[in-house]
Amino acid sequence: MADILTVDRLKAYYLMNYYGIRREVRAVDDITMTVKQNEVYGIAGESSSGKTSFIKVLAAAIRPPMRIVAGSVIFHFGDRNVDVTSASPEEIESIRWKHLSYIMQGSMSVLNPVRRIENIFEDFAARPLGLSGRAFKDRVITHLAKLKLGPEVLRAYAHELSGGMRQRVTIGLATICNPEFIIADEPTTALDVVVQKDVLSLIRDLQKEMGSSVVFVTHDMSVHANMADRVGIIYAGRLIEEAPTRQLFVAPKHPYTAHLVASLPRIGDTTQRPALEGRPPNLAAPPPGCRFHPRCPLAIDICKKEVPPLEEVVPGHRSACWRWRDVEPLAGSIAVARVAESVA
Amino acid sequence: MTALLEVDHVSKQFGVGGLLSRRRVDAVSDVSFAITAEVPDIFTIIGESGSGKTTLARMILGLEKPSSGEIRYAGKVVSGTGSRAERLEFMAAVQPVFQNPFEAFNPLKRVDRYLASTARRFLGTADDAATDKAMDEALQKVGLSLAEVRGRYPHELSGGQLQRAAIARALICKPSLLITDEPVSMVDASLRMSIVNLLKSLRDELGVSVIYITHDLATAYYIADRILIMQQGCAVEIGPARVILDAPKHPYARLLKASVLSAADAGQGKLMPATELMRECEELLKRDDAGRLVTQEDGRQVREYSAGSP
Repeated sequence: MADILTVDRLKAYYLMNYYGIRREVRAVDDITMTVKQNEVYGIAGESSSGKTSFIKVLAAAIRPPMRIVAGSVIFHFGDRNVDVTSASPEEIESIRWKHLSYIMQGSMSVLNPVRRIENIFEDFAARPLGLSGRAFKDRVITHLAKLKLGPEVLRAYAHELSGGMRQRVTIGLATICNPEFIIADEPTTALDVVVQKDVLSLIRDLQKEMGSSVVFVTHDMSVHANMADRVGIIYAGRLIEEAPTRQLFVAPKHPYTAHLVASLPRIGDTTQRPALEGRPPNLAAPPPGCRFHPRCPLAIDICKKEVPPLEEVVPGHRSACWRWRDVEPLAGSIAVARVAESVA
Repeated sequence: MTALLEVDHVSKQFGVGGLLSRRRVDAVSDVSFAITAEVPDIFTIIGESGSGKTTLARMILGLEKPSSGEIRYAGKVVSGTGSRAERLEFMAAVQPVFQNPFEAFNPLKRVDRYLASTARRFLGTADDAATDKAMDEALQKVGLSLAEVRGRYPHELSGGQLQRAAIARALICKPSLLITDEPVSMVDASLRMSIVNLLKSLRDELGVSVIYITHDLATAYYIADRILIMQQGCAVEIGPARVILDAPKHPYARLLKASVLSAADAGQGKLMPATELMRECEELLKRDDAGRLVTQEDGRQVREYSAGSP
């Protein structure tokens, strides 16, 4: 399967200069990754790990104080290649919504509260689709039907809809132009469990039907487990591990991932879960060497001095850890639970 | 067995809409449960958004008055009114921890000032040394220390540390009951378990009972002793947590369990929503009769409805 996105050694920093004091926040530091066609790529990371900065770059929303310091982000749409880090505003305008689309987080703040849903659709999609009047309305109604929303929604205002319906409307807005690449930023975080599963399965169905690629960002590992084909973990501005979903959960090769996977509680299992001490580093002054070393139980001398490269350790599985061979699944993770079951 | 907290057939209605189109919303209807004084307990309230769990918590704290029914703490009726001394005594015993620690603390005020004012008010510590001692003791219980927190503003602490500081503030006056409203939903994945484990150790080591409000069934299974599942203001299933979560009986409880995304199925793409159960739950809400809670053999109560079509 061909790649639709190639990110090469991307560095995006926030550069600030207040009263002569220069400050540099390395929000995205040397990320290299690719996304294949027809793939759901999950990005996990905690707040202030740089994941939002990273997808802002992907979404071509690069505004000061953020600057691209090095690297490239190239989308391959058909035979057209667009590097969003250097493309002109007109070029970006021509791919936005039609090829590259974005499902945003807070559906309440995305939808204009004083305009009806049909007007919002018109504002967003009439121009990229090149339709108007009856034809446009029919298109919107057929599209909303795929999201299990009736035509009566069009006459409603955002506040008249429930949270789940609003989120489905935002998904509808982002997907109506059949984009090849969709970025979804925590689209279900504000929803409760029942609605969350419903919305996730809708995104997955739409993605399959349109054959598009999705980059899915959330800090909730159980969503990644069920949604993504591959998962990348971002810690302190760097991609530290990337693997096919199953493999990442069963055999993580980075201590941070091993911890994340093991700390997930599960119904039917009450083993004591480990808690990771410490806090994520400040990106304005990250620790030298591996940025995880102050919290890492496996840290040795080299970890404090040299940055581990992100290398393929198992086919299809990349990890940035000097001691990836010693990373064992922790108590509480599924791998350990499986072994315990088979012994019993 | 004496009851620490009794929630006795409590209901709360809100009026919504304008003058002409006024209608009533039942936020909580006829909920009863009790927490005993002898055995510390983590009592979990689970439900979707809008199921009345936060309203219930606010009523227990005395921030909202029940429309009918009574909430009693140690035999005394909880209400926002009454004498100041009584109210202070109640506040010292029942303490809240809120969802978002970044909103619970004023960003312009240092974190230790909150702790200090709580100590002065509820413990009546007169001099700085005694206040500091009380603060440090409480912070030690949550795995922090006064040296780490003193002089810091909320933005200088991580979400997990700040939430622990919020719990420490609540612990200063040595409460017997903590009301925690979604305490981990705003905290990062790597720090979430440290808060959940902390609540567990409060129960086991300090004997504090906790009312844990959440919509996350997995953490509820992990720490809860008893659980109350609410659907649109009604208690639909209540009883021992593991018994209920292993095999829920009420359709809504089954729907909640079916909607949990499990990491054990990683990579299998199991996302089919339980449409059958969703329809069943919707039909239950349309019924005229509210049903009643029936006690089962295994100690739980499940809402059952009279036979026949709605």
